[in-house]
Amino acid sequence: MAGQSSGFREKEHTADWELDVWAPDLPGLLVEAARGMYWLMGARLEHGQRQHRSIAFSGEDDESRLVSFLQELLYLCETEGLGFDQVEITVDGNHGRAELSCAALAHLGKEVKAVTYHNLAVHETSKGLQATLVFDV
Amino acid sequence: MVNIKDLIRISDYEWEIPRTFRHDMQVPVRIFATRKLIEAVMDDKSLEQAVNSATLPGLVGHVVVMPDMHQGYGFPIGGVAATRFPDGVISPGGIGYDINCGVRLLASQIPYEDVESRLDALASALDHNCPSGVGTKGHIHLTEAELDQVCRDGSRWAQKQGYASPADLRRTEESGCLEGADPGKVSKRARERGRPQLGTLGSGNHFIEVDLIEQIFDREAAQTMGLVEGCLAVQIHCGSRGFGHQICSDYVNEFQKVVQRYNIHLPDRELVCAPLTSPEGQNYLAAMRCAANYAFANRQVLAHYARKAFEDVLAGSTRHWQLHQVYDIAHNMGKIEQHVIEGERIKVCVHRKGATRAFGPGYEGLPEEYRQMGQPVLVPGSMGTASWVLVGTQGSMERSFGSSCHGAGRVMSRARAKKSVWGEDLRASLEGKGIHIRAGSMGGLAEEAPEAYKDVDEVVQTVTEAGIASKVARLVPVAVVKG
Repeated sequence: MAGQSSGFREKEHTADWELDVWAPDLPGLLVEAARGMYWLMGARLEHGQRQHRSIAFSGEDDESRLVSFLQELLYLCETEGLGFDQVEITVDGNHGRAELSCAALAHLGKEVKAVTYHNLAVHETSKGLQATLVFDV
Repeated sequence: MVNIKDLIRISDYEWEIPRTFRHDMQVPVRIFATRKLIEAVMDDKSLEQAVNSATLPGLVGHVVVMPDMHQGYGFPIGGVAATRFPDGVISPGGIGYDINCGVRLLASQIPYEDVESRLDALASALDHNCPSGVGTKGHIHLTEAELDQVCRDGSRWAQKQGYASPADLRRTEESGCLEGADPGKVSKRARERGRPQLGTLGSGNHFIEVDLIEQIFDREAAQTMGLVEGCLAVQIHCGSRGFGHQICSDYVNEFQKVVQRYNIHLPDRELVCAPLTSPEGQNYLAAMRCAANYAFANRQVLAHYARKAFEDVLAGSTRHWQLHQVYDIAHNMGKIEQHVIEGERIKVCVHRKGATRAFGPGYEGLPEEYRQMGQPVLVPGSMGTASWVLVGTQGSMERSFGSSCHGAGRVMSRARAKKSVWGEDLRASLEGKGIHIRAGSMGGLAEEAPEAYKDVDEVVQTVTEAGIASKVARLVPVAVVKG
């Protein structure tokens, strides 16, 4: 997990997975949420050939944009078997784009069924942004 | 935060959170549980989520919570809520992402002692025949047109393809097909995910389990179902796979704006909803029914594969190796039903999330052979512990919208289970008890450890003492296949 300015931490949840994420800004929050989700899934990328993917995400608020971004990653994971470890994210109003440097998934330990909106709120803190995500597994 | 002091005790097995507990509740919450089971959930958010669920527009009667309750994401797992037709709402989160996750029970006349030496081979054959695990694709590759047919016809599609008998359909909830499914209301993305996954088990808490019918409690009902003490049975637990997950995600996303359009205010965004008769509500219902039918077909195909495994391994060893269907039930579903509320028979949308339909005697939609006794209710326990076959009662029709519990219910987070239990040790322990295990992931196995779940016997005792179900048989596992 990352250092103090950005990172993620798993929280106890009886049946599903819950993740606290924090970062200085929204693009950073999206990246940490993705890293946390991959960590929960036990995702490991293959070394070798890289592929570029460009994904669009959108939402009327930060929470929706966060869910939309993660849902795109889950879709990419399931349908193409790809994960990323480098990304450039731009957010312009309700819309965002992520340029992903991807590789094939060498291993995936767990399936995430969905990213939920349960109690999801992106908060401003003294160090940036924080959110708690619940994933259905 | 709900405290046990906020609950009104109706009996040792029934409690209520009154409507006055919070200003935005539309109806009270009725909990079927012992005090011990309620105390066990004080550390999670089950009851708070039940209170939140009680704020949905158009609710009737009360929100029901079953003894296997645990924290979910929006609705509690083990929750039942009914909204009045036409002006109530439908909430995708009240049904769940794994639409029509459910259980199928097959039974046999195979004596356990005759085939005990073949169980390891049987576990391997089931594991081989039934695709399971993360990212696994099935043996069936549906075209777009075939997926449309699965959506509309459910188990009937499986019958036309040779995967099902008429008896299988007769002994499936809704005969394996919800009418009113419209594939046109399903996104391209959901279709992409669904086409390669039919006939797959998935992972997580999904499983195929071979059981020994250990004890019969209702001889007449057991005979009607074909349950023979000392013989083998098979449970299949899975749902609508990525197809259903995507459909629910699509509509939860869309309904974030829909609630604003209809001026609906909710304490949790995962409870988003639309009026039942609105275009949005009708679109979701039509798409949900596609996923439900996909799941019925999915379990039907897996049952076919399981029967093939039994034939391959046991046909030479025992005379009656065939598996017959007992019943197939959903435990994540939204159904339009009629129930008597305060003396008036009304049409409602019953949301069951981690709860099973449990219709009592006399319901016309049951197969003729089950009409007098009531609907079979299947309650799988955790891995390594017992499972139960119950029947629905008149009591469930009167007090829980014809519903009962769906399993043991978790008490421990997956994170804590993985820290507390080593998968390899668990497998060794279960195999030491004579349970043959095939698991794709030791981490996944650890998450499903028996100690992560409630005592299923206590859960079942609660629903039977509360009068919303009645015991028929207790099953114990002898082989488990997990993705």
